Amino acid sequence: MTRRLLWPLLVLALLLALNVAVNPAFLAVQIKDGHLYGSLVDILRFGAPLILVSLGMTLVIATGGIDLSVGSVVAISGALACLQISQDAGVFTAVAVALALSLALGVWNGFLIAGVGIQPIIATLILMVAGRGLAQLVTDGQIITVNSPSYKLIGGGYLLAVPFSVLLVLAVLAVTAFLTRRLALGMLIESVGGNAEASRLAGIRSRGIVVTVYAFAALCAGIAGLMISSNVSSADGNNAGLWIELDAILAVVIGGTSLAGGRFSLGGTVLGALIIQTLTTTVYSIGVPPETTLLFKALVVAAVCLIQSPAFRAKVFRRRGRPAAEPAPEKKAEVPA
Amino acid sequence: MAEPAPILEMTGIGKQFPGVRALDGVDLRLRPGEVHALMGENGAGKSTLIKVLTGVHAADAGTVTLAGRQVAFAGPQEAQRAGISTVYQEVNLCANLSVAENVLIGREPRRFGRIQWGAMRRRAAELLSRLELDVDVTAPLADYSLAIQQMVAIARAVDVEARVLILDEPTSSLDAGEVAQLFRVMRRLKDRGLAILFVSHFLDQVYEIADRMTILRNGRLVGEYRTSELSQRALVGKMIGRELAELERLEDRPPARTTGTLLQAEGVGRAGAIEPFSLTIREGEVVGLAGLLGSGRTELARLLFGADHATSGTLKVDGRPVHLRTPHAAMNHKIAFCSEDRKADGLIPDLTVRENIVLALQAMRGWTRPVPRQQQEELVGRYVKALRISPPDPDVPVRTLSGGNQQKVLLARWLILEPRLLILDEPTRGIDVGAKAEIQRLVAELSDGGMAVLFVSAELEEVLRLSHKVGVLRDRRLIDELPNDAALTTEVLMETIASGGGAVPGSGRHDRGDGGRS
Repeated sequence: MTRRLLWPLLVLALLLALNVAVNPAFLAVQIKDGHLYGSLVDILRFGAPLILVSLGMTLVIATGGIDLSVGSVVAISGALACLQISQDAGVFTAVAVALALSLALGVWNGFLIAGVGIQPIIATLILMVAGRGLAQLVTDGQIITVNSPSYKLIGGGYLLAVPFSVLLVLAVLAVTAFLTRRLALGMLIESVGGNAEASRLAGIRSRGIVVTVYAFAALCAGIAGLMISSNVSSADGNNAGLWIELDAILAVVIGGTSLAGGRFSLGGTVLGALIIQTLTTTVYSIGVPPETTLLFKALVVAAVCLIQSPAFRAKVFRRRGRPAAEPAPEKKAEVPA
Repeated sequence: MAEPAPILEMTGIGKQFPGVRALDGVDLRLRPGEVHALMGENGAGKSTLIKVLTGVHAADAGTVTLAGRQVAFAGPQEAQRAGISTVYQEVNLCANLSVAENVLIGREPRRFGRIQWGAMRRRAAELLSRLELDVDVTAPLADYSLAIQQMVAIARAVDVEARVLILDEPTSSLDAGEVAQLFRVMRRLKDRGLAILFVSHFLDQVYEIADRMTILRNGRLVGEYRTSELSQRALVGKMIGRELAELERLEDRPPARTTGTLLQAEGVGRAGAIEPFSLTIREGEVVGLAGLLGSGRTELARLLFGADHATSGTLKVDGRPVHLRTPHAAMNHKIAFCSEDRKADGLIPDLTVRENIVLALQAMRGWTRPVPRQQQEELVGRYVKALRISPPDPDVPVRTLSGGNQQKVLLARWLILEPRLLILDEPTRGIDVGAKAEIQRLVAELSDGGMAVLFVSAELEEVLRLSHKVGVLRDRRLIDELPNDAALTTEVLMETIASGGGAVPGSGRHDRGDGGRS
């Protein structure tokens, strides 16, 4: 387990080191107005929705599936909550309704995949496309702005000096870890993802498992949607959570969970999401020209994926390993390059 | 009758894979205008020999001569250019393309790089009509039955100036009418002077179509025979061989302490997999299933576990009719099934030994009620010890274990459920002699303890050693049920397999499950 997390950890450390080199005060965390402040806190705060979505995505991918609809669910959830609040419903009701709908959408995905037998990528593509339309319907094509201090707490508030969203992520992480590692959900998910036919013959009712993970992924996306809309006090059916599914898939892969399904790592996924968020921060802090931002991100991600591949490492290190056996530093110098 | 000179001769072929000697000194001669059957049990080396012939594998020893010239092909394409075409077991065509495209794929008539569709259709239609096939060549291949698809594959194979045609189990998914159609095509090709190599597990078909046969066993040549000069019985004997009793003999099995009927199948069958059969399994009884590969042994076992749905008949457990729609349902009736292919249908390679062992138990409890860690350790520890699973570390991924130990892990998974009926499909295949003996001893112990066991094995010796009664299968039919008494020997079993059971009037050994054994 620890060895699998070694490379993502190293990459995260490198990214942070790069930031420190540019801005020596990068790691500083201080308390202002009774809140924690600092770049690290920002990374956690802004990365919270991505971590949530990625956690759900991890379980989906572990069953050998994929969920492209989470971005749309983010938008729908935020839109519905904001609509309710703008119509003077209580915050609690708004949140409950939004999460209930998210959950229902996830069950729908699970039904299409496990019940009807549609391939996951197609089944969730339906909701990915239709969901944006649904979100637009909810907001009537407008951006709904709300002014509710208690709703603002979810994505932008603080509790005991800590950003509330970070606490929320920790809670969801704890619940996920409990469900998968203390209860037997994790083992059954890994079994279904590792060998679906063998799992069936071992008596596992994989339909239930599959529906559960898609429902869970949508629920996570729903919470992330609340966070995003709460942080900006508005719901934008068009852009909220746009492309977050791709970042989430990336986070899962960087975290060491195979897209083919099977073994998954929640810790790895959290690290992966943090790497992506840190990368975004780094782009701004080291002043990468805006027009090359995407290219820069792409290069780093490609490098991360290559470094994680044992086959690639074996090739590179074998080729230069023999001549570079004594001057070890040469090997290190190659990693950032 | 003057024998034509062989067009293809393989002499002294040897092939070594890491850890296995797949072929050792094998000869094969194919004559023009003859259908030649290649016979042997699973793992005898038939596929390897074909692969050596078509250049998929390079031989380590021996020579191949085609029409008098020594050849060594670097790949199937090269073999095909030289006139050796192969149609594999799985039809490897593109079902979404048209028939004409499939026949001429890669060899489309072209002009200036453009495909001439008209010429292509005419050519394809002509080729197919030569095989007496009347199909619309513009229709997608998927519109046609498997038999037609098979023949399209043959049409494609013989288009290229073929002199040798290899058919690897072409009939395994065809029904009787389709087989007849295929045989007509084969006879036609034979009359055109082609040498045809035919691989099939169906003995009747081999006797119907083949002029000559070569028998392999364990990678070695048993011999070449004229079909007319070798009885089916002798063939089965030569294929299976006499396994010498290298294993210690289990003491004479005590008669099953049958307390009652556990499971009763009445006319249970599945279209295309196994014909309706009736079988009774009593508590504490070991029922063996014997038959050649492809005779329907696995299909029968899968129906009793709900791994496949039965399309006919009723199944009773404890006298009450049950519907085994899923394995889960069967497990609720305490039926367990150790599948034949432990890689594809058994173990989860990435999970640990411990996880693999508790998997079925966990599946029965559902994910909300985990098996407590302490109980896991205890169960796993007990079975790792009892079955001598090595290495005795429950936390290594199961894929790192050897075949025999993987088999024991799979066995442990089912034993901790304490089933009343344990179905073992080829539990000893591909594992070493020691592990084999251990598993056999275990089966004997379990049945003495009151557990019913359905024991499926290709090795007749093993079936005889363990079973109280033996069901014999042939061509996807349960043809006979024999009590295992002093009179039942491997010879009798072989004869039953070869002759088609009930067809032997002299045997008179029909046990219809009326009361205990004699």
